[in-house]
Amino acid sequence: MFAPQFDYYRASSVAEAAALLEQHPDAKVLAGGHSLIPVLKLRLAAPSALIDIGRIDGMRGIREEAGQIVIGALTTHAELAASVTLQSGATALSEAAGMIGDPAVRNRGTIGGNVAHADPASDLPAVLRCLGAEFAIAGSSGTRTVDAADFFEGLMTTAVEEHEILTAISIPSGSGGQGSAYAKFSHPASRYAVIGAAASVTVADGVCSAASVALGGLVPAPVRAAAVEDALVGKALSADAIADAARCVGDSLADDEVLGDVYASAEYRSAVAHVWVNRALTAAAARCG
Amino acid sequence: MTIPVSITVNGRRYDREVEPRLLLVHFIRDVLGLTGTKVGCDTSQCGSCTVLLDGVSAKACTCLAVQADGASVTTIEGLASDSELHPLQESFWNKHGLQCGYCTPGMIMASHELLRCNADPSAEEIRHGLEGNMCRCTGYQNIVRSVREAAETMQGGTS
Repeated sequence: MFAPQFDYYRASSVAEAAALLEQHPDAKVLAGGHSLIPVLKLRLAAPSALIDIGRIDGMRGIREEAGQIVIGALTTHAELAASVTLQSGATALSEAAGMIGDPAVRNRGTIGGNVAHADPASDLPAVLRCLGAEFAIAGSSGTRTVDAADFFEGLMTTAVEEHEILTAISIPSGSGGQGSAYAKFSHPASRYAVIGAAASVTVADGVCSAASVALGGLVPAPVRAAAVEDALVGKALSADAIADAARCVGDSLADDEVLGDVYASAEYRSAVAHVWVNRALTAAAARCG
Repeated sequence: MTIPVSITVNGRRYDREVEPRLLLVHFIRDVLGLTGTKVGCDTSQCGSCTVLLDGVSAKACTCLAVQADGASVTTIEGLASDSELHPLQESFWNKHGLQCGYCTPGMIMASHELLRCNADPSAEEIRHGLEGNMCRCTGYQNIVRSVREAAETMQGGTS
């Protein structure tokens, strides 16, 4: 398959990339290319130009800063999965990154490209919604910050405007007594998420003091499962308490929003979603140290 | 528009003018004539096009040649040295890790990545590490045996 013709510009800084986007309003941003190149080859998009941000210094890597873990948008899934900082401070994120595609895909695909593409069957949006991430978005007039609740607007739609670039993602450093996990029902061929469940729980004095659960894969954009969270807070995280709470997940899924396809119908996904919520919560609870 | 690129493939540098939309796999196969690397699904799922890009595995059907500008690429043709097959090539031969052979170049390059990250993988770890590469002939049994043999050879220092 061959992509339609496009022009190509390589940016060496965020400012240069923003200027190029102003000059080429129909351009798309290229990082690892693992979302964009398939879209081009399938001719689902035909931009006039690509702006390659893949070599911009300072947009790659993971650092801790003032109670936050800051992840450059060009950080690859392999780097997320191997990060000791994330493994201890945001386990669900490194765990989910390690489940994306396969090793060769993880070597090239980036967190920024993944979330800016916002495929509903992607893994990272649900995890970042669960962990309360913030997204730094740069344009020619400066940088703004958007939280996860507002970043993912719908099917393949985010708060990043046409002339803007996602530069970094920040998540709060994990606190004592907190554990997080990601559980995924993978499509057996594509490895995309049929259902993805991200959970973060905090235990204090033997009971759950805070819970965050987010779902992806079966909805156009990641959603928090408030009914599950409410059912957990104040309870000891026993297997029964987790199972009962997980069964509330349907209350957070609007019937007309659940996605279905030839592999898994909307009814099927709705019926089994609680299993994956249960698995994510059980793993997260076991990690509360 | 064409863009000048300088890509080192199997130790030899190539300077070419390419269309931005040219995929790395077509640069390797059609521009350089190195046809060991295959195009299978063309959708980054089957792994036939796997090469090493700056030492780590990448699917060359999902990478533009312009993205590889300045990089060093290793293809299946670059694994052997001084007429000696790489231990992975030897083991795929010894253990009959192929039937039609179409997936084999990508399977060997992905196995190279697997052994780079884990020098002594279990059978289960081999299956997991090769999950991005599909073989429609072997049922994978002999591929797993081939990678195990290569791991043992390479750990034994005979490579």
